Formats: sequence, structure tokens, C-alpha cells
Amino acid sequence: MALLRAVMRHPSGRIGAAIIALFLILALMGAVGLTPHDPLKQFVVDRMKGPSGTYWFGTDLLGRDTFSRLMLGIGESFLIAFASVAIAATAGTLIGLFAAWWGHLWDGILMRIMDVLLAFPAILLALLIVAIQGPGVMTSITAIGIVYTPIFARVARAPALALKAREFVEAARTFGSTQRYILTRHLLLNLIAPLTVTITLALAWSLLTESGLSFLGLGSQPPAPSLGVMLAESKSMMTRSPWLMLFPGLTIMLAILGFNLLGDALRDILDPRTQERRA
Amino acid sequence: MNYITQRLLTFPLVLLGVSLLVFFAIRLVPGDAIIAMLGTEAGLLTDAQRESLAAYFGLDQPIIVQYGRWLAGLFEGNLGISVIYGKPVLEVILMRFPLTLELALLSMLIALVVGIPAGVFAATRADRPSDLAVRVFAMLGQSTPSFVVGLLLIYFLSVVFRALPAMGSFTPLFVDPIGNLSQMILPAITLGLSFAAAVTRISRSAMLDVLSDDYVRTARSKGASQRDVVWRHALPNALIPVVTLSGVEFGYLLGGAVIVEQIFALPGLGRLTLDAISQRDYPLVQGAVLFIAFNFLVVNLIVDLAYAALDPRIRLGGK
Repeated sequence: MALLRAVMRHPSGRIGAAIIALFLILALMGAVGLTPHDPLKQFVVDRMKGPSGTYWFGTDLLGRDTFSRLMLGIGESFLIAFASVAIAATAGTLIGLFAAWWGHLWDGILMRIMDVLLAFPAILLALLIVAIQGPGVMTSITAIGIVYTPIFARVARAPALALKAREFVEAARTFGSTQRYILTRHLLLNLIAPLTVTITLALAWSLLTESGLSFLGLGSQPPAPSLGVMLAESKSMMTRSPWLMLFPGLTIMLAILGFNLLGDALRDILDPRTQERRA
Repeated sequence: MNYITQRLLTFPLVLLGVSLLVFFAIRLVPGDAIIAMLGTEAGLLTDAQRESLAAYFGLDQPIIVQYGRWLAGLFEGNLGISVIYGKPVLEVILMRFPLTLELALLSMLIALVVGIPAGVFAATRADRPSDLAVRVFAMLGQSTPSFVVGLLLIYFLSVVFRALPAMGSFTPLFVDPIGNLSQMILPAITLGLSFAAAVTRISRSAMLDVLSDDYVRTARSKGASQRDVVWRHALPNALIPVVTLSGVEFGYLLGGAVIVEQIFALPGLGRLTLDAISQRDYPLVQGAVLFIAFNFLVVNLIVDLAYAALDPRIRLGGK
């Protein structure tokens, strides 16, 4: 609650939170079917119409309503982003935590594996995974989840190493706290601040990667409305109907912007170093 | 063990890990390599022909042997034969690499030329409207996917100037510099924009940090001009994080820009890899992905060493 209030006081936090809230509402309405039109229905007489009172953002080549399709597209992008970041954050944090806790050889092995994953550009690693599993929503989730796992491992490991050497952890060990208790209460709890920031920023990155994958035709498959696919389809009709490109493009940009702004605000609020600087 | 030796020692280990991952990941792709190669005509093969083909590509050996052979070949610069092109993999990759390298260099040039001055400008005017404007632009630049930027650029070019960027065949730099640059400028701007935004943000925050350091205050109190303080005293130190960021970004760009190459129909490393994946050209995918990861690791190693050279605290391994 205190955090929420701090975010709302932060200028970019406020804008970011507002954008994300708006998109979440649109996605939820889309998910329960509250769209202005059926997103899959083809209004054949109204093909490639510009924005109007009936079709707010116009219609596409098959006469489908762009606004309704965008609502569903946002929902799908968010679902993939949230699920993949959940995977990356859980796996990465555990890896980083155990690497720091066990130390020595385990630390070396686990973190070198993370280095191996980091040596591939995100989209390329995702492409490889798509090639193995075949495109689809589940594949996008796994692929993007794996791609961002090493970042969480690094974010968790460094502070966990520092905490492990602190007196209170030493003390907890001497009076016989179990390993599990120390790991969850003393280490994990103290990692919440850096993890919150990284999770928010990772949501922005995974939206970027997801839309990139579907732009290449390797994300979710038509006829399901997907922001990347809508953009890719718009390319050939660009001069005749620029809005087909403009609206999905702006939608993706705004969604990413929302998470970036919120992530920046959270970093300002939660990072002790920036607090010192301001004080 | 100091930082530099540690970095040099783990480098081959990570590279070995990359080769293992690439090799076995490719083997997980469903589908028979021979069918992928010949398409429907694979059905016409007799068993004997199929076996001899498998033997030719070494596919009849146990997987560990295949990996060992491939790894041994790597040391001789032999990455195998591409199925699509029928040429050595390394030759195919090196044909595409100049374009990718040029694109990465141009994007970095744009990013640094725009980003560093913008970041310094914003830092020296912290919290004033001009700083805010720079920050808003940087934020927008970082939040816009490259394909949105690319499509918008093509749109404005075709509507405002009624011209279309040259696409299709690629003009090498040394054959026709003007033709080459007119072809590369839009993709370079597309990639350079988000890169510039990142450079702006990091140079601004690094500059702000440095400007509040004691030594800068000392320089000021000695009567150094604002210009001297900013550009001569503060900037060199503020550039250290910029070097790191640019190095990492450049390393990724050397891996080819799949999406931007796709939009502008450029035959770079990214599209080569994408095509190789979709056509199941195992040797080519392996070679290209390994090449990309290798470049990235080398660039990162150089960046780390440069970073250590710039900052004695790291070089000496102390903290």
C-alpha cells in the first residue's frame, strides 16, 4: 500500500500505472467478450475502412474491426508477458539464490550456464526454441521465460552474496535456523526490492520480444488477433491504409512504455542509492 | 586470481557450453534432416540412397560422435557444408557478415553521436524543461520496437517523399558507396534509435553521478569553466558505463538484426539464420548461431578488458 502511494506520487510512475491499468481493463473486457464487434467476424462490405464511429480504429483487409482485435491482442500479449516473466523470475531467482548460497563450484557452474544463455541475442534464442517446439502461445511463454531467466539469476545472486556475508545471517546460522528459513526469511525477503524493479522492466522486454516473434510469424498463429501479426500484415497495405499499421504500432509502444515508466519509478523508490542522492 | 585472468579462463568454458547448447538444441528440432533437405522428393529415395546420404552428412553416427566431429572441425575452421547453399558454412556466413557488421557500426555511430551529447546536455540542465524533453524522447525511443520504427520510416518516406527505399538486391559498400549508404541509412536509423535512447539515458545518469563528485567540485572551485568541467573533467569518467553499454549492444547487433533485416529485405546474418532455421539447414544453423554467440562473447571480453583498463579498481581485483 505504501509502495502504491509512492508510485502514484512519482510522476512517471503515475503515467506508467495509468497506462497499464487502462490496458488491463481493455484486455479483461476483451477476454469476457465486451468488444465493440466480434474480433473474428468479417464485415465484407466494410473492408479496409478508415476510423469511424462504427469502427473506431478502422477495419482490415478482411473487414474485421481493428479496435476489437487490438483488445484481444493486448490480452494475449499481456498473458504471454506475465506468464513468461513469472517463469523467468522464479527460475532465475532460485538459480541465483542457490548459486550464492552454495558458492564455490556450484556458483561457477550455475552462473556459467547463465552466461551461455546470455551469449545469444534474445530473439535468436527464442527463435531456436520456437523451431524446436513449433510456434504457439505456450512456446512463446517458454521461450521468453528461458530467455530472461539469466537476468534474474544475476539480479538475485549479487545481493544474495552480499547478504550471506552479513552478521544477521551469520547469527541466524549459529543459533540453528534451518537453511530453508534463512534462505526465505533473510535472503529472499531482502531481494524483493531489486526483483520488483526487474520484474516490471522484464515485462516491457518480454512484450518487445513477443511482438517481435509474432511479427516474424513465429508467435501466436492467425486468426487469433496478435499485435505483431497485425503489424506484419499492415506492411503491404501501408500507403492505402496507414491506420492498420499506426494503431497496433502505437498500442505496442504504449504498453512497453507503461512498464518502462513504472519500472523506472520503482527503481527510484526502492533503490537505496537513488534515495540517498535525493536526500 | 585477478579479474582479467579469471575472465580469460572462463571464456573457453562458456564457448564450449554455447557449442553444446547449439548442437543439441538443433537435434531437438522435430523432423528428419534428409526429408527437410529434399522435401517431397525424399519419398522417392531408396533405402540405400537414404543411407548413403545420411553417411555423407555424418548423420548415421551416434550423436556424441557427431558432436565430436563437429567440434574437431571447428578448430580447423570447418563448420560443415550448408544444405541449402551447398557451400561451406563459414563461406556462407562470411558472405553475409559484412552487411551485418556495417549495419552494427552505423547504428552505433548514430547512437553515440546522438546519445552522448543529448545525455550530457540533459545532465547539465537537470530537472529543467529541456532535461525533461530529452528524457521523454529517450523513454519513447527505448519503448518503441524496431519494427514499429522501421515501418513508420518507410511510411513517411513513401508518403512524404514519394520514394521507396531500395530493396531487394544488396549493394556492397566498396562497389557503390552512395548506393550502399542510401540502402543502409534507414535500417541504421531504425536500429540506432533505441540504441541512442539507451546511450542518452546512461550518459545522463552517469554524468549526474560524476558531476556531484568531489573532484569535480574541486575543479570548479579552482575556477575551471563550466565547459572545461563538463567535457574535460567529468565526461571521461562518465563515459565508462557508456562504453560498457555500447559494447554489449554492439555485440548483440553483430548477431544480425532479424526483424530489421526482414523489414528492409537486407541479406544479413539475422535473416540467414532465420531462413536456415525454417529450412532445417542443421549445419548452417549451428554454424551461424555459434558464430553469433562467439562474436558476442569476444566483444564482451574486449569491453570487460577495456573497462578494467579504464578503472584501476577493477583491474587490481580489489573492491
